[in-house]
Amino acid sequence: MTDAAWESLSNQAVAAAGLLYFLALLAHLVEWASLRKVPVAAGAVARDSVDIPGGVAVATGPEDAAVEGRVRRTALFGRLGYLITWMAVVVHLVALVARGMAADPNRVPWGNMYEFTLAGTFVVAALYVVLYRKLRLAWMAPIVLAFVLSVLMVAVIWLYSPVAPLTEALSSYWLVIHVVSAIVATGAFTLGGITSALYLVKARSLAKKGPQQAGYVARLPQPEALDRVSYRLHAFGFPVWTFAVLITGPIWAHQAWSSYWNWDPKEVWAFITWVVYAAYLHARTTAGWKGRNAAILALVGMATLWFNFIGINYFSSTSQHSYAGGAAQIEVVPQR
Amino acid sequence: MNTALSTRPPEDDRRPGDLTFRELLRWIWRQVTSMRTALVLLLLLALAAIPGSVIPQEGVDALKTSNWQDDHPKLTPIYERLGLFSVYDSPWFSAIYILLMISLVGCIVPRTVHYWRGLRAQPPKAPRNLTRLPDHAAYTTTDAPDEILERARAALKRRRYRLIDGDDSISAERGYLREAGNLVFHLSVLVVLVGFALGGLFGYKGGVILLIGNDYGFANNLTQYDEFNPGSLFRADEMEPFSFKIDDFDVDWLTTGPRAGLARGFESHVTYQTSPDAPEKSYNLRVNHPLSIGDTDIFLIGHGYAPVITIRDGNGDVVTDGPTIFLPTSQSLQSIGVVKAPDANPTQIGLEGEFYPTVAFSKQTGSYYSLLGKPLDPMVSMLVYTGDLGMNDGTPQSVYSLDKSRTTMLTKKDGTPYRIDLREGESVELPDGLGTVSFDGLERWNKIQISQTPGKWIALAGVVLSLIGLLGSLFIRPRRVWVRARRDGDGTLVEVAALDRSGSGDVAAVVDELVEALQREDRS
Ligand code: HEM
Repeated sequence: MTDAAWESLSNQAVAAAGLLYFLALLAHLVEWASLRKVPVAAGAVARDSVDIPGGVAVATGPEDAAVEGRVRRTALFGRLGYLITWMAVVVHLVALVARGMAADPNRVPWGNMYEFTLAGTFVVAALYVVLYRKLRLAWMAPIVLAFVLSVLMVAVIWLYSPVAPLTEALSSYWLVIHVVSAIVATGAFTLGGITSALYLVKARSLAKKGPQQAGYVARLPQPEALDRVSYRLHAFGFPVWTFAVLITGPIWAHQAWSSYWNWDPKEVWAFITWVVYAAYLHARTTAGWKGRNAAILALVGMATLWFNFIGINYFSSTSQHSYAGGAAQIEVVPQR
Repeated sequence: MNTALSTRPPEDDRRPGDLTFRELLRWIWRQVTSMRTALVLLLLLALAAIPGSVIPQEGVDALKTSNWQDDHPKLTPIYERLGLFSVYDSPWFSAIYILLMISLVGCIVPRTVHYWRGLRAQPPKAPRNLTRLPDHAAYTTTDAPDEILERARAALKRRRYRLIDGDDSISAERGYLREAGNLVFHLSVLVVLVGFALGGLFGYKGGVILLIGNDYGFANNLTQYDEFNPGSLFRADEMEPFSFKIDDFDVDWLTTGPRAGLARGFESHVTYQTSPDAPEKSYNLRVNHPLSIGDTDIFLIGHGYAPVITIRDGNGDVVTDGPTIFLPTSQSLQSIGVVKAPDANPTQIGLEGEFYPTVAFSKQTGSYYSLLGKPLDPMVSMLVYTGDLGMNDGTPQSVYSLDKSRTTMLTKKDGTPYRIDLREGESVELPDGLGTVSFDGLERWNKIQISQTPGKWIALAGVVLSLIGLLGSLFIRPRRVWVRARRDGDGTLVEVAALDRSGSGDVAAVVDELVEALQREDRS
């Protein structure tokens, strides 16, 4: 296949993945809409949620046939949505691989903002489908899909740039390791942030309306369970981020720019993100900071993370981490 | 800690609430080393790091900083006083992280002692009422209690618990290493900081622009650097006595695709000696592939052109020759530079202008620009200044700028600036018998960065260690499990309970799984 063919394959795969995410989102919306009419005690989602204290799941059968039918239908749509998401993730992967194949010489598909966004959303979606069972993430489906779909749309509409070879500073195998880990951590932190946001929503709604609620929020797991899922996602993301930002990043920076830590804006914000997440981990074990404040810190962490990715690239011209800029430019005029 | 306060004998002349000096110290220490303080300090550190990403930093980009300062004359003195141009060495930033480190030491040391003592401790006895614990399960069976306990013992051993028998129960615990991981993590943060500080204090970073070819070379001593940033404890005698020259420089230009005209790869062929009498060695210096000589690393970070511009004065004497370094201002290596001839007669001559590796003319802007970085059609375009270049009063001047305050710009009869546009090999005669200027050739230069960063291996070892500690701390789940089995009527009542000490694990699942294991063996 020619490079141009790879490139158009990649573009088509992105479009197809977007469509599939959209269909998956629709399926989950149908699932949740039809659940509205089912009493919270019954229903398919309880099976998937984490709020089973003591682990003794009491299977209270649905009262009447109408409810039973609905429950079956919702379960069907839930499974359908999950299945389509899987397909979308696979097509998304094809898009990434094709993007790398389209470059000459072939390379990793994260040389600019568009590609980084493509890879980042892929990791969010892939982590979600992979952890779906282990962390029982069914309740997260509509949010994750809406997130991935909108970010993907932003990437296609505003960030798209044609395939180009990497500038030399970027072609290093440390780039591969560094960026893979940064993207993986970003994916995990994003899922964790979504969970923490839902924790806040759920806790607030419990405090306001008590246990009698309806709709989506009612079917979210209990706050403690959300907090635990969020912690596990962050606990996965944090060491990966540490590896990306404090180990491979400096090694690469040392090779490319002669100093392993230069307080470049991108480095500063990566450090800020790291410190905020360290604070989050502390907050979870500190009286008075547990729960609500910890969740807020997790959201602050996610904000710094995305600001670093988007904001710094657009607003800071001092950063040497320009994805599009040429390598090895002179920055300092010597005085003699 | 609180008991220590209350068991002190009361002192007569004290009002309630008064603290002795020692108590005050102790109180301060307790505040400083509390988890809450650590948390607040961490958040402060994050907050304090922000200004440095918004305001240009002297240590990061000196040129940009001075430009910014020129543009903001009102803010500059205020910012300067606040240390906002070097946030990361400023007293307030240092204060935060030093406090954090004190807090960290105050936190780790007692915990390490505590951990050391607790390392060989036995799991605590089973609480009287296991069903009071949040995660528990109970069932009755016909098997004898001893048999159940034996089975539990085997099952827990298989799961690598540390066990101790009670009367009718078993206590089990695992995950001791979690705390060790946590301590290693926090200790390594200190190690990283030490390594980082060593680099900042004893290291240096410098840059030099070096022309390519056998006629030019660099020997590692202070006088040869164009710019030099030493740490505050740097000593010049630590500099290694190497020298090198650049024999040749290759650029791999992109000729097609969206980035055509830009360079993809650079390679400098360097010959170096580790000391004046060491044998010569060669190295291909590329971006991402620094040359290490001893503790010093040498990097290729930029390149550009140096047109050879010769000025002959009114008497016909050559007053400047040799290559002049022009500094690139764009990706296609359009560059700016000046040529000075202070010895020219009848008057000093200064040239200032631009160099285009492949010149093109834009009708839109009405000016020349550089189409490509590759020198296919090189041209210089310069304005001419005569008068006093200000070089005789001894104040140092940048070779890249012209002091025009006491000069006049040469103009044509109609008053427009007199501009000399020279392609390689051309020359032009200046009006009024000032002399001639010729563009005789083109040389290239590399910008080389040289740095010595002691402590970098310590810092690296520190982060790697901290990552290992972190993994232990985050993924080892410390748990206590108790199993009690006792006669209850005809059968045996089995109770299982578990406690997660990290507050994050899903111990309900642990209880379920253990109960299942006990029952599964029931059936077999
Ligand atoms: C440089 C500053 C610090 C950083 C970057 C940092 C980072 C971290 C991180 C990432 C964790 C999570 C690992 C885990 O959950 O075990 C943690 C846990 C912990 N940190 Fe720190 N820490 C710092 C300072 C401190 C200080 C000053 C204290 C003492 C007050 C402290 C006490 C603790 C404790 C007790 C835990 C364990 C919490 C638990 O049981 O989960 N840390 N720290």
